[in-house]
Amino acid sequence: MKKKLLSMILAGAMAFSLAACTSGNDTAGTENKPEPAATTETTTDAGTETADAATEGDGVLTGTLKVGMIGPLTGGAALYGNAVDNGVKIAVDEINAEAGSFQMDYNPQDDEHDAEKSVNAYNQLKDWGVQAIIGTVTTTPCIAVSAEANSDRIFMLTPSASAADVTANKDQTYQLCFSDPNQGSASAQYISENSLATKVAIIYKNDDAYSTGIYQTFKTKAAELGLDVVSETTFMDGSDTDFTVQLTAAKDAGADLVFLPMYYTPASLILSQANAMGYAPTFFGVDGMDGILGIEGFDTSLAEGVILLTPFAADATDDLTVNFVSKFEAAYGETPIQFAADGYDCAKVIYAALKFYAENNGGLNVDGMSASDLCDILIQVLSNPAFSVDGVTGEQMQWSANGEVNKAPKGMVIQNGVYVGL
Amino acid sequence: MLNYLISGISLGSVYAIIALGYTMVYGIAKMLNFAHGDIIMVGGYAAFCAGTYLGWPVPLAILFSMMICTILGIVIEKLAYKPLRNATSLAVLITAIGVSYLLQNLALLIWTSNPKAFPNMVNFIPSIVLGKNSDNPITISSATIVTIAASIIIMVALTLFTGKTKMGKAMRAVSEDKGAAQLMGINVNATISVTFAIGSGLAAIAGVLLCSAYPTLMPTTGSMPGIKAFTAAVLGGIGSIPGAMLGGILLGILEKFAQAYISTQLSDAIVFAALIVVLLVKPTGLLGKKMTEKV
Repeated sequence: MKKKLLSMILAGAMAFSLAACTSGNDTAGTENKPEPAATTETTTDAGTETADAATEGDGVLTGTLKVGMIGPLTGGAALYGNAVDNGVKIAVDEINAEAGSFQMDYNPQDDEHDAEKSVNAYNQLKDWGVQAIIGTVTTTPCIAVSAEANSDRIFMLTPSASAADVTANKDQTYQLCFSDPNQGSASAQYISENSLATKVAIIYKNDDAYSTGIYQTFKTKAAELGLDVVSETTFMDGSDTDFTVQLTAAKDAGADLVFLPMYYTPASLILSQANAMGYAPTFFGVDGMDGILGIEGFDTSLAEGVILLTPFAADATDDLTVNFVSKFEAAYGETPIQFAADGYDCAKVIYAALKFYAENNGGLNVDGMSASDLCDILIQVLSNPAFSVDGVTGEQMQWSANGEVNKAPKGMVIQNGVYVGL
Repeated sequence: MLNYLISGISLGSVYAIIALGYTMVYGIAKMLNFAHGDIIMVGGYAAFCAGTYLGWPVPLAILFSMMICTILGIVIEKLAYKPLRNATSLAVLITAIGVSYLLQNLALLIWTSNPKAFPNMVNFIPSIVLGKNSDNPITISSATIVTIAASIIIMVALTLFTGKTKMGKAMRAVSEDKGAAQLMGINVNATISVTFAIGSGLAAIAGVLLCSAYPTLMPTTGSMPGIKAFTAAVLGGIGSIPGAMLGGILLGILEKFAQAYISTQLSDAIVFAALIVVLLVKPTGLLGKKMTEKV
């Protein structure tokens, strides 16, 4: 009986750990939402670009472009996918209203932040005849889908999949968001340039590619700039509820700034526990922190003074942002987060790129163009140094040949429960 | 040092209160109810909805949450476990894992994945600050105090209940030998249902306390603490009520000390290594009873 009992317990423990793995992933999905939080890169795979269309016209872009979007519309990362979807819809409406003879036919597909489902969604879009894809929203699915799309020659611009792996060796995949490496070094640079701190502590999630990727480049850049990193601690799925040890380590080391390259769910716990400890350094987040004010019931006073580096500030006063934010608020009753802005810009970038091509090549009719022809056009335009786009997530956005975007990040600070541009 | 000890006890007391539910069900029904962690999550959401959406006072919200969880526990037992009463323990185990996922995904549908910030429901007790004027004051939060108090009360109450009351005696009889208990006129099914009802009611309390201490509520909130609490129950000797308490507190302290003094990366590995060592030396856990097989 004893043996039986023990073996049952062990079997149980094993099953548990299996269950733990799975649910761990789920949690990761939920908590981490989209790994590629900040940068949007849309790869559009426009199907039909024919030489005839390109040369016959008079510089005018015509036809109907079938644009697909893949992102988590349900599930743990749904907040991000829906934000992108809503943003794209606003852009598509604007483009369709403005362009006249050129229309975008938009088809969003749900992937639940799951690589396998994402590939299914991609296949569905292919059956639909997609010509260019905005997505995918989150990193892990994006790596899977971009590999498929690369061999199928379908252009992708991801709004927010920020890992370097997303674009590595895939010439048709572009990012609208900063890549992870860029976020880390940009954060270090920002802290150093604005003299925000002398002693920096880092808490990162070491089973998460997004968090560790930013951590590594941050650390390298910090060393270069002479920032004093006094404490580095980690957490992972399953030990992400209590941060006393990490915070105590930072406090004891005298850190006056804590860098949090992570998503907002663990960050919200860190803020509340630091507050309970009476530890009040400057907290510095990255794009994953965006959304912390959206947690239902969250005491926003805890986030007072949190700085985050993000390409989009909803309170910016330039015309583009004001126009986008007011339309978004009118349509959805909430202030757009960065993901919505990323989605909006993705659609605009694809439109701008096609228009750019049409103007320089005597017109373009996208009707019935194959995805691979369109893919070639879009790659050609995006890698053209003469092409740049002013969007709500950055001015003068340009792309390098490896698909990374080049734009200036904006610092934002949370004051009285709202984001304020620095 | 003292700081880490306190945060360890605080975390451990949460594990302990969850482990009590595990061990209670295991001790009587001889099954591992892996859905326990998810019933905790449902309890958290029920209390959150009652308190935040309906604006009910805290005691009422907690009662409501207990009621929901008790009903849920009975329903799960009736629908998922009762038909498998004579099946192999492995079949029941897999069913329990299935129920766990079902609950998580239902919660995802109902409440979505967006995390909710749980209000501290136990702040009627003030936090204690030790060494207020020193450089490093140590705060014992109200949630910690209440959790420790609640787990001790529950532990004592459960021990008395299973030891002294008629229903408790029936439970012990069922746990020892279902067949013989039935022959003695004990309604085995009713007894197991009551066990689930109590276990799930405790899960609601654990849910409120867990979320008061660590205030982010998501559909997966219960799963990892549930697994840690299960570990704690095994460490303390599964089936043993004081063992669950001891195991929970020890596990919490071990985890925090491993993080503080060895590595934040390896803390979980260290905790589970300690579990393996304990089970090697004492296969029934720290306070586990030796079971002799009667032939």
